Amino acid sequence: MNQRSGFRVGLFLLLAPGVLWLGLLIVLPHAELFLVSLRERVAPRVYESGLTNYLEFFIEPLYWNTFLRTATYSVMATALTLLIAFPVAYYIAKMLRGRPKNILFLLCLLPFWVSELVRALGWIILLRETGVVSTFLQTLGLVDAPVEFLYNDAAMLVGLIYTSMLFMVIPLVGALDTLDDSLIEAGYNLGGNGFVVLREIVIPHAMPGIVSGCIVVFMLTLGNYVTPTLLGGKDSLWFTEQIYNQFILRFNWEQGSAFGFLLLALSSFIVWAGLKLSRQSLGKVMT
Amino acid sequence: MIAKAIKYTAAVLALSVGFGGAQAAEKLRLLTWGGYAPDGVIAEFEKATGIDVEVTLSNNEEMISKLRATGGSGFDLAQPSQDRIAGPQTEYGIYKALDLGKLDASLFISSMLEATKKNTTVDGKVYGVPHVWGTSGLVVNTKAAGWVKDYTDLCNAKLKGRVSYRTARPTLIAFAFAMGKDPFAAYGDAKAYEALMNEVGKALIACKSNVKFYWDGGKDKLLAGLRSGEVNAAMAWDTGGWSLNNENPDVTFVAPKTGALGWIDTFAIPAKGRNDDAAYKWINFVNRPDISAKIIESAGNFTSSKGADQLIKGKLKEQFAVSFPQAAIDNIKWYPPIPAGLESIEGKVLDRVKAAKSE
Amino acid sequence: MTDLPDLEVRNVTKRFGPYTAVDRISFSIPRGSFFSILGPSGCGKTTLMRMIAGFTEPDEGEIVIRGKSMNGVPPNKRPASMVFQHLALFPMMSVAENVGYGLRRQGIAKPQIAERVAGILERVGLPDAGGKSIDQLSGGQKQRVAIARCLVLDPDLLLLDEPLGALDLKLREHMKIELKQLQAEIGTTFVYITHDQSEALVMSDRIAVMNQGQFEQIGAGQELYYNPDTRFVAGFVGNSNRWPGRVEAVDNGTLRVLTDDGLNCQVSVTGQASAGAAVEVFLRPEVVAISREAEGVSDMANRLRGSVRNLLFDGANSTAYVADQGSKAVFAVALPQTGRLADLKPGQEVHLGWDAAQANCFLAPQPGANG
Repeated sequence: MNQRSGFRVGLFLLLAPGVLWLGLLIVLPHAELFLVSLRERVAPRVYESGLTNYLEFFIEPLYWNTFLRTATYSVMATALTLLIAFPVAYYIAKMLRGRPKNILFLLCLLPFWVSELVRALGWIILLRETGVVSTFLQTLGLVDAPVEFLYNDAAMLVGLIYTSMLFMVIPLVGALDTLDDSLIEAGYNLGGNGFVVLREIVIPHAMPGIVSGCIVVFMLTLGNYVTPTLLGGKDSLWFTEQIYNQFILRFNWEQGSAFGFLLLALSSFIVWAGLKLSRQSLGKVMT
Repeated sequence: MIAKAIKYTAAVLALSVGFGGAQAAEKLRLLTWGGYAPDGVIAEFEKATGIDVEVTLSNNEEMISKLRATGGSGFDLAQPSQDRIAGPQTEYGIYKALDLGKLDASLFISSMLEATKKNTTVDGKVYGVPHVWGTSGLVVNTKAAGWVKDYTDLCNAKLKGRVSYRTARPTLIAFAFAMGKDPFAAYGDAKAYEALMNEVGKALIACKSNVKFYWDGGKDKLLAGLRSGEVNAAMAWDTGGWSLNNENPDVTFVAPKTGALGWIDTFAIPAKGRNDDAAYKWINFVNRPDISAKIIESAGNFTSSKGADQLIKGKLKEQFAVSFPQAAIDNIKWYPPIPAGLESIEGKVLDRVKAAKSE
Repeated sequence: MTDLPDLEVRNVTKRFGPYTAVDRISFSIPRGSFFSILGPSGCGKTTLMRMIAGFTEPDEGEIVIRGKSMNGVPPNKRPASMVFQHLALFPMMSVAENVGYGLRRQGIAKPQIAERVAGILERVGLPDAGGKSIDQLSGGQKQRVAIARCLVLDPDLLLLDEPLGALDLKLREHMKIELKQLQAEIGTTFVYITHDQSEALVMSDRIAVMNQGQFEQIGAGQELYYNPDTRFVAGFVGNSNRWPGRVEAVDNGTLRVLTDDGLNCQVSVTGQASAGAAVEVFLRPEVVAISREAEGVSDMANRLRGSVRNLLFDGANSTAYVADQGSKAVFAVALPQTGRLADLKPGQEVHLGWDAAQANCFLAPQPGANG
């Protein structure tokens, strides 16, 4: 009995910092934002409670479309990141051993030693009309006038994929590392070609890694602010920018909080749907 | 148990904050724009008063948001534009009324002081006094687009993909004027104002294919664009044009036909500022003509300090004279204070402009 | 057609950098036999197996399966199925899906696949396991599924890469017999690689003993055991007393050898040993006759008296260690399985004897040469 109560106190002490951290920094602010999102300004310093802010999202096609656009592009960026990262991860995990493996892995990490802002600026230097790529093409004589590669959806996707690569490569390498080479060999030995082995053995085995990578990349992309604003240009309103605008430029915290919660809910829904479609469970994917 | 723990934590936090405050030297936390508090001036102020100045650079919207988030604490002195004091003060109460007795009125250009006082008065109390003023208009590469004389010229098909401006309220106001309307006259009538803004919004959406990028991210991006020739004409602040003019004589500031938009950045004291005395000392200090002249050099804009402009020689004055003949000065449209609520109308129009697809 | 061997390996060589893993190996396996490649780890047997399966290409030579050269044929196009060391069952598939994997690759209709899968599972004694997942199976069951997965394809060759290694002893003994029976029933040619001589001896029709990239000897188990061609085979297959020594005299088909321990013995001539040659004598524990009385060994060519130093009781495999009184040699001697000497005690005196033909004698390696 004594021992058990001692254990309980110990457990309490052990959990207290974490619980306080979570409570003070995550739960409390969210609760407050949620209350704010239910407020509605009627006159200076006079508020009523109501769901207007949430309704606004569904009534005004502007916001709804921005969200749809953001979600679509996030899914696209996630899919493209997966397509590009998979061969890279496969090469690192299965083709290389020892030193070259570590070096290549480190190379994937390298861009993340600078901030996202600097990375985006790097792309701007490369892609702008008077930038490196355009100048290079002119020098080669392939084009006769400067070409603008920046400020369009493709540039934005490039930036988003670049930013997300590592978060896809790491779980994929982790998943593929545990794939026994003899499973691949058995797949070939029993008559499968490369495509079959990939589809029936490699991908099913790597599925938890694929799904966790996709969730992380999707959430990061959806919540990204810097890259879409800097590389996307005039037509590429991102939903997070919408939230920033409401909070900072329009002083409309009520609308901003509502958008924040809608983003949370809708992205959770998309992740849930993705898990359902890939028949994975969150618990399995996150371990 | 948990309640106790929280109490202890709170007590420890309070103590450490208290000590932190007590140990530091006297400090003025200034929320301002780039160039308004150059290092040399800060050093002189510290020498004269022993007060440390801690500068945070910002812009109108962020100043208001920051002060709103903290209920007006965290800074001892802020510098919002004069038209954006009354509205936010009415909404959020983020400033405290100024004690004009503590300011040396003789240092100000009196017409500017009176106008600012009038525009920043809420319930009979004054919340702001003027500091730096300037205009926004057109910055044009005269070689490539010398024919640009007004904001609407930015939408001429000849400038496809070569134009930049912000998705911010000055753009809406400017285009409204250029379209022959008077947005300030519509301030009193929210319905009429909304209709006008919707019209301007449509024009801006139609203009989108001319836009290279919106320079909301910061004026460095605009300057880089103008410098490299990627942008030929833009709506921007006069100083931006003049500083580019120093590098490339083809690029310069042009006061638009329908009038440049005049702004005055002020001094206002946040509601929970902790060091009002230091704030008043700073205001009086920077209004000394000799100090103010240094700020003019660093900010590139003139101040409301009486006699400071006499101390400025050379280029800036010439540039000002070229951009602003007397008729253009008379034609400057000074922003009246924005009634509360209009900003949300503008916000929605701007959102639509940003979200629209360019053809 | 039918007299074509199932597998022919012609002069195959594989090098990894300066190291030659497989060195000019040639052999052929007739249809329907159980062929084992036996060798210590690192001898190159796995490389050889991987070349047959197609995971590695030989540097030189040719591999021919049923008359067709396999050079340049990818592993998925070869009529050889492989049971992997750790079985390599696909954990993401059920038992039936595992077994049906190869059939699906051949584009066979679903109902036929189901039929053939059920048939082969029944054959390996797992008729109801189709719906199970792999981790629901025991070690022996997994083994059978792995074999079924290959046999269902009706391959020309079934390659087995030490598949019993991971099993516990009892199960391994059992699976040996089961594999042997299965092979006899279905008649597919099995190529089995192992480092375990008992697995090879029990199951195989023929065994190749491999060492340092080369085959030392190919033959039936009995040949390898009783008539090893080389010193390595004699040492690797079965247990032996081993004595290095020198030939004293060659006398009428018999060598007189004095071992380094001071033991004088007569052994039959193998190879061209002349007087003075350095040799090594191999004598299996079970060929040494042991008796309490001198008369019990009187008809043997080699006789000696010794005292029991140590007894290792292991049922039918019990061994006595006997120290020779005339030299420093110590003999491992198998105790009669009849229990005749069950009451033997350490320190007791015994007589040992063996015939010259029962020992093997090989030239010792030249100084500096390997092996």
